[in-house]
Amino acid sequence: MLEIKNLHVSLEEEDKQILKGVDLTVEAGKVHAIMGPNGSGKSTLSYVLSGRDGYEVTDGEATLEGEDILEMEPEERAAAGLFLAFQYPVEIPGVSNNVFLRTALNAQRKARDEEEMSAGDFLKTIRAKSKSLKIDADMLKRPVNVGFSGGEKKRNEILQMAMLEPKMCILDETDSGLDVDAMKLVSEGVNALRDEGRGFLVITHYQRLLDHIKPDVVHIMADGRIVKTGGPELALEVENNGYADILAEVA
Amino acid sequence: MALPQVKQTATEERLNALTLPEGGWSAVARADALARVRAMGLPNARDEYWKFTRPQTLVQAYVPNAPVFETDEAPVFKDVDRLKIVFVDGVFDADASDDLSAVENVSITRLAEGGDIHWASALYGTLEARGQDPVDRPLAALNTAFATDGVLVHATGVVSRPISFIYLQNSDASDAILHHCVKVDAGCEVTILESGPAAARYNTCLETDIADNATLHHVRTQGRDHDRRAATANFARLGKESTFKSFTLTANGVLTRNETVIELTGDDAVAHVAGACIGDGDFHHDDTVFVTHDAVNCESRQVFKKVLRNGATGVFQGKILVKEGAQKTDGYQISQSLLLDEDSQFLAKPELEIYADDVACSHGSTSGAIDDEGLFYLRSRGVPEGAATDLLTLAFLAEAVEEIEDETLAEEIGGLIETWLMRRRG
Repeated sequence: MLEIKNLHVSLEEEDKQILKGVDLTVEAGKVHAIMGPNGSGKSTLSYVLSGRDGYEVTDGEATLEGEDILEMEPEERAAAGLFLAFQYPVEIPGVSNNVFLRTALNAQRKARDEEEMSAGDFLKTIRAKSKSLKIDADMLKRPVNVGFSGGEKKRNEILQMAMLEPKMCILDETDSGLDVDAMKLVSEGVNALRDEGRGFLVITHYQRLLDHIKPDVVHIMADGRIVKTGGPELALEVENNGYADILAEVA
Repeated sequence: MALPQVKQTATEERLNALTLPEGGWSAVARADALARVRAMGLPNARDEYWKFTRPQTLVQAYVPNAPVFETDEAPVFKDVDRLKIVFVDGVFDADASDDLSAVENVSITRLAEGGDIHWASALYGTLEARGQDPVDRPLAALNTAFATDGVLVHATGVVSRPISFIYLQNSDASDAILHHCVKVDAGCEVTILESGPAAARYNTCLETDIADNATLHHVRTQGRDHDRRAATANFARLGKESTFKSFTLTANGVLTRNETVIELTGDDAVAHVAGACIGDGDFHHDDTVFVTHDAVNCESRQVFKKVLRNGATGVFQGKILVKEGAQKTDGYQISQSLLLDEDSQFLAKPELEIYADDVACSHGSTSGAIDDEGLFYLRSRGVPEGAATDLLTLAFLAEAVEEIEDETLAEEIGGLIETWLMRRRG
């Protein structure tokens, strides 16, 4: 599904290399987790993959189902099936959730030469999908993320994911700022989307999210590289011993 | 005080090119207005009140040509059930207009009809004259003196359908001076709509006298006719517990100066004036607002939003004057611009002048670019850059559009902005 080879990335503004050769393959139907200490390059990886400005790819490649995504505009990547759940979802005053999502959904469909979804079908679908995430009709009418609590913002990200039905989902520290109940709700939302045809890349600091979203593969990232890959037990090792041991071991 | 020679010469040049209409009942008001024009002189670039907007082409006798704007767009307010009053190049068109007596609770007559007695003789030019203090508005006085057409609307009940002034341009060199008066009796209510390009150059004046407990809604669009030059002045006087809400949407136009002068003379009155504008390229748009609080517990709101690009210029001069004794005044003013590139500019002069000690007045003015974070967020969800920019632009203008109370009209305006943005994107 998602294949990253030898990816090198620096910041455009300053001559600083953040990613120093990332190799990673996420297969359809699998959940991969990336853990790592602050500053290891986890979030940079998610931003580069989704096409945010300010980063320069100096070497390597990233493909989604064989297509080079690094050359695409952010909207083209989305239409190709890539989705990033933001660590800090953006507030957009004046644009309601409904309008936002319908515009996005139909823009993607149009880009893929599919038929646009009618207003009626859209409302039906969003009502059904927002229910399990405990997002009510009032929240859908409110401007995107404006005045939302941390938990509401993250639930809203998952709702967008559920509506847009991407092939490859990247979750950037979706657990940050969530209490236990909210984390459970968000995780259930993600688990409901687990599917044979869909890949997940879950970026997190902590193992606790992975109690709810059980990964197939866990990667440890440090200093811009994947330094260790293993099964779910690797996350437990981090939880118990911290990163220091693992980093010492691979050094 | 004698006028500077340059100003006097320019003023006389323009006056010589105009003919004072046979006034009938309005003759006295017209003569007074002409005297005001001579005393003030027409504005020039040295006037403080015209610091950001060059008045030359609005003042001179020669009218720069403005090709008639061809469009296949549906007429504005098409789906609104309204009484249509059509002016072509500034002249009333009876055939294209509805029967002026078709709506109950309102009497509508044509300014040009003349006669010796008219209820409007107490209003025509009166609010304009009051609005000359403390700031000169010579173009409005010129309008009162020389207006050739317009309507006099007297609401004597709740008027069920909006009265819609539709302006059409037929000639590249048309020069229109239109003056309307609207009198809303105590407890009565009326909605006035204005739309369309009035002429290559136009000077319109709207005097609205809103009695106690009365309500006047005003929604206006100034369309995409690129080459027009417009000077408009709206004067509103509000009685006790009355309401005045005015909104203007402007797109394109090389030069537009919209002045609004509001006087709150009765306690507990509410006046809102708002504007949204979309400027692209050779575009200069000036909103000049003066609100005077002269009664207790009144509320005023000014909400102006401008989206500018390709070298467009937006101007906002807004003042709240709270007179002595106007306690419990609630005055609010915000002017904001969204600059889509570095060539465009927004010039703002917000002012407060307060002579009462128990008031709440606030003003703010900002200029900003499109929010990069928001733009990326939208694009990351699949919305292409152009559409994402439009969506953020619409959101920016929404605060001004929300000032329109009637939902149907607000939706109409929202839809119009969307269409205009899409057309601009091509």
